[in-house]
Amino acid sequence: MYETSDIRKNVKLKIDGNPYVVVDFQFVKPGKGQAFTRVKMKNMITGNVLERTYKSGERLEKADMEERQMTYLYPEGEDYVFMDSQSYDQVRLSAEQLGENKFYLLDNLPVSILFYDGTPIGVTPPIFIELQVVETEPGFKGDTSGNIQKPCTLSTGLKTTVPLFVNQDEWIKVDTRTGEYVERVKK
Amino acid sequence: MPPAAPRSPIEVVRRQPPASRARIGGRVVATDDGADVRLGDGASGGGTALVHDVTGTLEVRCSPVPLLGSWVVCEGLWDGMRLIETACRVVSVPDGPFPRPGGDFAWAHAEGGRRLRNLLGRAAVLRAIRAFFDQRAFTEVETPLAVPSPGLDLHLDALEVVGAGAPRWLGTSPEYQMKRLLAAGLPRIYQIGRCFRRGELGQRHHPEFTMLEWYRSFAGMQEVMRDTEELVAHVARSLHDGATVVPAREGLLDLTPPWERLTLAEAFDRYAGTRLDDALASEEHFFRLLTERVEPQLGRGRPTFLTGWPASMASLARLDPQQPGIAERVEAFVDGMELSNGFSELIDAQEQRARLLRDQRERAALGKEVYPIDERFLDALSEGIPPSGGNALGVDRLVMLVLRAAHIDDVVAIPPARL
Repeated sequence: MYETSDIRKNVKLKIDGNPYVVVDFQFVKPGKGQAFTRVKMKNMITGNVLERTYKSGERLEKADMEERQMTYLYPEGEDYVFMDSQSYDQVRLSAEQLGENKFYLLDNLPVSILFYDGTPIGVTPPIFIELQVVETEPGFKGDTSGNIQKPCTLSTGLKTTVPLFVNQDEWIKVDTRTGEYVERVKK
Repeated sequence: MPPAAPRSPIEVVRRQPPASRARIGGRVVATDDGADVRLGDGASGGGTALVHDVTGTLEVRCSPVPLLGSWVVCEGLWDGMRLIETACRVVSVPDGPFPRPGGDFAWAHAEGGRRLRNLLGRAAVLRAIRAFFDQRAFTEVETPLAVPSPGLDLHLDALEVVGAGAPRWLGTSPEYQMKRLLAAGLPRIYQIGRCFRRGELGQRHHPEFTMLEWYRSFAGMQEVMRDTEELVAHVARSLHDGATVVPAREGLLDLTPPWERLTLAEAFDRYAGTRLDDALASEEHFFRLLTERVEPQLGRGRPTFLTGWPASMASLARLDPQQPGIAERVEAFVDGMELSNGFSELIDAQEQRARLLRDQRERAALGKEVYPIDERFLDALSEGIPPSGGNALGVDRLVMLVLRAAHIDDVVAIPPARL
């Protein structure tokens, strides 16, 4: 259990049976009055934002979250299958649960799977992964500044932008937190 | 007007006529080894150091260029723009890279040195407060911080002092001691001092903060309100070249007296969507509505005095002789922020004892620490104090207001998290 004084950004709470992560909080107290903590939090499954005000000293349930290192295996229908390389346990996540992260699933990619009360609810890929450019306008040789970008499509279907000097079939490093180009890599 | 801040050496130099000799001390915050062609003054073998003191930086041409972060004393020729032909004596050198990440210099100088400037602004606010009260023949007093009773307010918890030889706590307000000074024969007093409230930490709260408290004899709540609005307008004028209109969260805030007077009942009708009497059915419900719906709307565009507090929340205020259900208590709100809490003081010793006993019972019922009753305070009341008005105003919040800072951390010398 948490107390209101334990509330910090990124603390995970169980509210009405759902996992929430604290995105902001504020201590409020009239000089001569009762103290409260106003908490803004995000549902870790739906992404919905909730605001609640708790009386100081009120106890809040911790969300039982666990992260396990697993490997991505293959897509199956609408789902994506992952395996725990130690126990060989397999879990499935839907495309909806994966969101943008489905564009980073390379075969045998080591990922971290987030479990809530024992149920998988999301995946965190490595921060940087390398993907091939499958479609983009031809590059301009002279430009190496990287200040101007053009749209492109990557091997997994991810659409992003790259500097003008990047050509089709070349490989680039992508930041999976933002989906943005980091640098060109030689393969 | 408060006395002007002393000028820093760099300011003095800037006012000197060109071609005069000048001497400054400060810290080297940037260096250039002389390769920079923009200087173009033909000087060779030297470079430029940017030397910082509290009000700004000065360019210094010297050879050799001191190490970044060194403290230096520089003597050179002022050419109207910078010091040239300067001899720099290094008096202290940083041990390691400069500025140290997370260090005090980096923290104070982040965001263009905003926090350092805020400390200068804070000093100006303190000077303005003292000038205001001194002009009105108030006596500045200092009462002890470690006291035998920190106050019995239900919602204030104190920090205990260990090793004092007697039960002592750090005061949550200097109220008891200041009222003893009224009994002692000082009719107008003010104090700028530290108060301590356990567990209060947030954007507008520190467990240790600065309170301005003043008492005016032969007066009551009406005079307290006038003192408050005149004081805040005076502080604003002192910091904003005579202006009493300052920027707010949204738009402008006009601090010119007189401020709006609003009763708690009117405020609830206007902002809470519930009548005050219904809200008061549960104390928790009342404070929820007050903090969530009412307070954020108070004092926007123009400050508000909130009056008409129910007798159950009288604290140390006397009850209105015409309406005994109402306490003569007033809180000032500025731009959605509580700034002060004042009373027509309760001066009846018996009534005061009854309230303190009730406060003790309520604290016990909630399982909270029950602090002793300050008998010397009650003695002072029974010996007699004149009818008086008093107010307690959060100085950190006043500084936030006139310097437009959103977080109390940004207006104090060292915030709790950096201790």
